Amino acid sequence: MTVLKTDNITMRFGGLTAVSDFNLDMNEGEIVGLIGPNGAGKTTCFNMITGVYTPTEGKIICLDSDITGRKPHEITKLGIARTFQNIRLFQDLSVLDNVMVAGHMRLNSNLFSSIIRTPDYVKKEKAMYEKSMNLLKEVGLEKEAEEVSTSLPYGKQRRLEIARALATEPKILLLDEPAAGMNPQESLELMDFIHDVRDRFKVSILMIEHHMQVIMGVCEKIYVLDYGVTIAEGNPREIQNNKKVIEAYLGVDE
Amino acid sequence: MKKNTKKNIMTLIALLLFIAFLTVADRIFDSYQMRIINLAGIYVTLGLGLNLINGFTGLFSLGHAGFMAVGAYTSAILTMSPELKEMNFFLKPIMPFFANIEWPFFPALIMAGLMAAIVGALIGAPVLRLNDDYLAIATLGFGEIIRVIFTNTQTLTNGALGLKGLPSFTNVYWSWGTAIIMIVGMVLLVKSSYGRAFKAIRENEIAAEAMGISLFKHKMMSFVIGSFMAGVGGALLGHLVGTIDPLMFRFLMTFNIVLIVVLGGIGSITGTVISAVVVTVMLEVLRVLDGAMDFGFIQIQGIPGMRMVVFSALLMIVILFYQRGLMGTNEFRWEWVTNPKQTIMNAWNNRKA
Repeated sequence: MTVLKTDNITMRFGGLTAVSDFNLDMNEGEIVGLIGPNGAGKTTCFNMITGVYTPTEGKIICLDSDITGRKPHEITKLGIARTFQNIRLFQDLSVLDNVMVAGHMRLNSNLFSSIIRTPDYVKKEKAMYEKSMNLLKEVGLEKEAEEVSTSLPYGKQRRLEIARALATEPKILLLDEPAAGMNPQESLELMDFIHDVRDRFKVSILMIEHHMQVIMGVCEKIYVLDYGVTIAEGNPREIQNNKKVIEAYLGVDE
Repeated sequence: MKKNTKKNIMTLIALLLFIAFLTVADRIFDSYQMRIINLAGIYVTLGLGLNLINGFTGLFSLGHAGFMAVGAYTSAILTMSPELKEMNFFLKPIMPFFANIEWPFFPALIMAGLMAAIVGALIGAPVLRLNDDYLAIATLGFGEIIRVIFTNTQTLTNGALGLKGLPSFTNVYWSWGTAIIMIVGMVLLVKSSYGRAFKAIRENEIAAEAMGISLFKHKMMSFVIGSFMAGVGGALLGHLVGTIDPLMFRFLMTFNIVLIVVLGGIGSITGTVISAVVVTVMLEVLRVLDGAMDFGFIQIQGIPGMRMVVFSALLMIVILFYQRGLMGTNEFRWEWVTNPKQTIMNAWNNRKA
């Protein structure tokens, strides 16, 4: 079953075409990779899917509903969560609060009842707390729950970002360079972690990554962008042997 | 859990002691001293309102004086007796609709807050799409617009003449009663799910939105609640001073409150409370400096405004050493009293880190 589909989405900034005619097709439970040299338009694709940008042309369909031009928070509510290339944690908040913020959207409690602490609100808040703690346990951060988020080491901050995204109860998870800045050992752990997340939380994953070992190891389908144009798509083996991809990455032999 | 009950009991005791102090103070202090205490209470309410907007939600708003004006005028017009209104509006009579209204203080106070909240919502709707400095400039502008409108609506606000002889309802129970309710309300709000959402917006708007938090809705909530508190504070101030006119609500008034918030720590409730009291008291204590002084070797004949020079110097010193205000984003904890050694040790360790 298709969970996310983009139909010829194009993004132009003035005269610059950042992404042109990108066609993504993602099935339920799939891990899809999006690769390409720097400036190829990968993050722009993410920003279009999550509603940060509205595509100049084309349509985005998520779970049979057209989400083109919707606001980011509405899209999150529909079930697309993301992490950021440059980590964007809520710096002054504790690790636990970072995750609990993500639960706010699904709390369904109004301002007044949350201030006067109605029994209904207290019950919901408690459930959210337990859910968040469980989530932190799943990603191995339960010991650091009360610490300030920026005091965590880099790898754990990345995990926290993923935990926070999962707390919004997504069906599709978008990871923007999850392995950036990780050492080889951490990258290997990340591969297991991503598989784990997919199986346990029943999400489909779309990830941008430069680390080829990670991409080839976890993705079932890969799209390659270069200057905003999709130059190849297919499984890891096909991509590795694709002439255009090799040219884009290594240049042409004159 | 047991630790928490102990802390709650201590807070309760402290609160009761404070109320006892106010009751005693009301009996033995003279009217000048009581005025300072009242003023401190009102500034707590005003400071908390601005801190919710600026400190907890990260919206740089400078329109507080405008909302205070709305509150002060609303309550004044609602509570003044018909005869008093006739006396005040001698150039042009007041609108007939308001001429015979005379409400008790409490509903007028609530109405003052609500009116300020409505104005806040009207201004917030277009302005809260802006960020940072642009938002500051826009809110500053709207604050001034409110003042100018009030100067020119002769039949509603008596224009530049202002309103005189407001019933002096504000006593220590009103000012500090409101302040305590506001403190409790703020603590409950900030610790709720909505409070976390506000803080998330302050920390990182893009991430907050990606976590499903509607920026506009939550910014509006914060702005409107802050405006409500400004309205209530403005009304209390009006009934304390007894006279209001548009010039009272110039930018300088906003500046005073910004000062309290920044000094106490942007994003700290206890910080605002402490700094509201300290600033109000200091401004009066330093009044000595305005008078003539004799140091023996040098004699000063009394320079009006001298206290502001010293006050500003003190401020600079505080900001130099505590960039994030006295409390930063921390709150007061009972451990600071029950275990001072540990507190100092922690502070020292954090300093090194």
